[in-house]
Amino acid sequence: MQSSEERTSPQTKSILRFLRPTLNALGVPLLAVLTAMIVGGLIIAFAGGDPFMAYIGLFEGAFGTPKALSETAVWASPYIFAGLAVALAFRGGLFNIGAEGQLAFGAVMAALIGYALPGWLHIALPAFIHIPLAVGFGALAGALWAAIPGALKAYTGGHEVINTIMMNYIALNLTSFLLNGPMRDPNPLNVVARTPVIAVNARIPPLFEGFRVHWGFVLALLVAGLVWWLLWKTTLGFEIRTVGANPDAAKYAGINVKRTIVLTMALSGLLAGMAGTIEVTALNYRHELGFSTGYGFDAIAIALLGKTHPLGVVLAALLFAAMRNGGTRMQFLTQIPVDIISVIQALILLFVAADAIIRYIYRIRAREERVVLTRGWGG
Amino acid sequence: MDWRRFGFIALIISVLFGVVVLIGHVQIAPVIIVTSMLATTIAVASPLTLGALCGVYCERAGVVNIGIEGMMLSAAFFGWLAAIYMNTVFGIAPMPSLLGGVAAAILTGGLLGLLHSVLSVTFKVDQIIGGTVINILAVGITGFLNRQLFFEKGSIFGGNVPHAPGVLPRIQIPLLADIPVVGRIFDQQPITWAAILLVLVTHYVLFYTRWGLRTRAVGEHPRAADTVGINVIRMRYANVILGGMLAGLGGAYFTLESVPSFEPLMTNGRGFIALAAMIFGNWTPFGAWAAALVFGAAQALQINMQFFREVIPPQLAILQISYVVGLAPYILTMLILTGIIGKNIPPAADGQPYEK
Repeated sequence: MQSSEERTSPQTKSILRFLRPTLNALGVPLLAVLTAMIVGGLIIAFAGGDPFMAYIGLFEGAFGTPKALSETAVWASPYIFAGLAVALAFRGGLFNIGAEGQLAFGAVMAALIGYALPGWLHIALPAFIHIPLAVGFGALAGALWAAIPGALKAYTGGHEVINTIMMNYIALNLTSFLLNGPMRDPNPLNVVARTPVIAVNARIPPLFEGFRVHWGFVLALLVAGLVWWLLWKTTLGFEIRTVGANPDAAKYAGINVKRTIVLTMALSGLLAGMAGTIEVTALNYRHELGFSTGYGFDAIAIALLGKTHPLGVVLAALLFAAMRNGGTRMQFLTQIPVDIISVIQALILLFVAADAIIRYIYRIRAREERVVLTRGWGG
Repeated sequence: MDWRRFGFIALIISVLFGVVVLIGHVQIAPVIIVTSMLATTIAVASPLTLGALCGVYCERAGVVNIGIEGMMLSAAFFGWLAAIYMNTVFGIAPMPSLLGGVAAAILTGGLLGLLHSVLSVTFKVDQIIGGTVINILAVGITGFLNRQLFFEKGSIFGGNVPHAPGVLPRIQIPLLADIPVVGRIFDQQPITWAAILLVLVTHYVLFYTRWGLRTRAVGEHPRAADTVGINVIRMRYANVILGGMLAGLGGAYFTLESVPSFEPLMTNGRGFIALAAMIFGNWTPFGAWAAALVFGAAQALQINMQFFREVIPPQLAILQISYVVGLAPYILTMLILTGIIGKNIPPAADGQPYEK
């Protein structure tokens, strides 16, 4: 929720006191994860599986080998971007439920720039130009897609939850139209809705030879740091957080609330667009229909589990990535369907959102102030 | 009545129908096209209508519910599971099995409504996040059980999807259904009829009964309602559970009325569309139904377009038209939200937990 240095008053002296806020901030999410794993274990046992074997398989699959680690990082990259997108919007008092659509639109644009630009310009672009162009346009497409509901929210009061959901369906319809029509891979052997592969020079290279983990993961970590810097070290970040905490107070303080809302949504969409862009430019090298089902909702869970703090988001994204990646190994070892991971993730979200339940179970006193995350339709 | 809004809705539906008539009239008589479109529209709108009514009950009582999607998906699965369980394991005849399935779907919806009330009314969790929890939980539970029960060797069904007891039979309205051509509209399945009936019932309950007055009071001004002795917490619980049951019936449409099978994620966002329909309809039952018909018409358009593939030679043209026209309801919803078709007035205390 808030970093330790902000919470500690200068009077506090002992190291224990200094550490306690951090421990407290971590406490509820950690206990939520633990509780969700226990409940998940009960469900596994109920379904006739061995929960211990399942969790051992999960851990092995996620961290057991260098390849497993690499795959976890591959999963984590879009999760970090999308989680940051939702977290940033939450900080600005907006619920961006449309990361899915922004991600898809970003991916389509990145793919288009990636495969078509050399043909349009009649020259092969060098990597140091082509990669930034593909990534940049992908991110901008996401930003544009989110700025529309942002502007509608700011200037007409149309609620962003419904509007971003609607934008999801518009993006979905538009993507299936583009990928079945104008942007469809013309290769006669192709039978699915997908774009041609992007140019070699538009591809973000892998970090290590022989592994799929790519520089996009490093970029995700850097961007997480950048988002932290933006939120807590810049005027814009202060404005975003003030509008998020209390739009009326922000208005009286002279902040242009409407502009801030549009900017917050655009930045949020930019991050979501990056998630899609990275998948295209660093991993799949093309956009294929239906590759991203579920990122949007996972991103909400990740943002909430990470308490909408960039560091928390990175940790939560790594946890979710580890679970998704390890799930395959778990299924192989115990024949427990990998879908149990979604159940455990939903339980984590449940316990994080309803932290009163966790506080009740573990007898933790409520102590931190609540952050207003969303508001009713009224505004 | 908000006549401008209804006029607008009628106009949109006419345009959607008109597009299909325009494309198909060289092959099929317009009256048949319109009849077929209308029959399909009413049928595919029924889960949207029921989901929107769920939203009306919840939000009129002051609880935002974006978990309609998850409620419908879970109900679709558990209703179907109950039906095939009764039919295959207990050897009960198909018809009672299907009805048992519908009951199980309604129960599932009600239980998720209970979960939503516990989260949002008792624990005062942010209501939009509470709904998101239900949505994610539904995807996980149904996906997990679907694979565990039907595709794993040691399961009760032996790793096979058992033979389903079919779908709910059609019910014809006497006389009306006998009219040539147009009679097709009055030949629908039970959940579709129930959805229309429940629109009327909800309108009556909400605006002409003591229950409805209390529900609206709790959603508009809970403190005032509390002062005159209405139990705010209990009213909210009851309405959210009731709404959940309606969403559950809407979920049953997918596996017991439309097709006799379950597929992961099969509600495909229809719960969110239902939510949009409720807002589109300005939190009223009739408005919600009309808006559901708009979305239904867009879906019917995409279904009916398939029949006219040969009429327009390049396939792409049909694809383009269905994709572009298919976008209309989403764009319209966003336009409606801007308030240009008249002000949207949500219940005043919508989304706010009640603190005594």
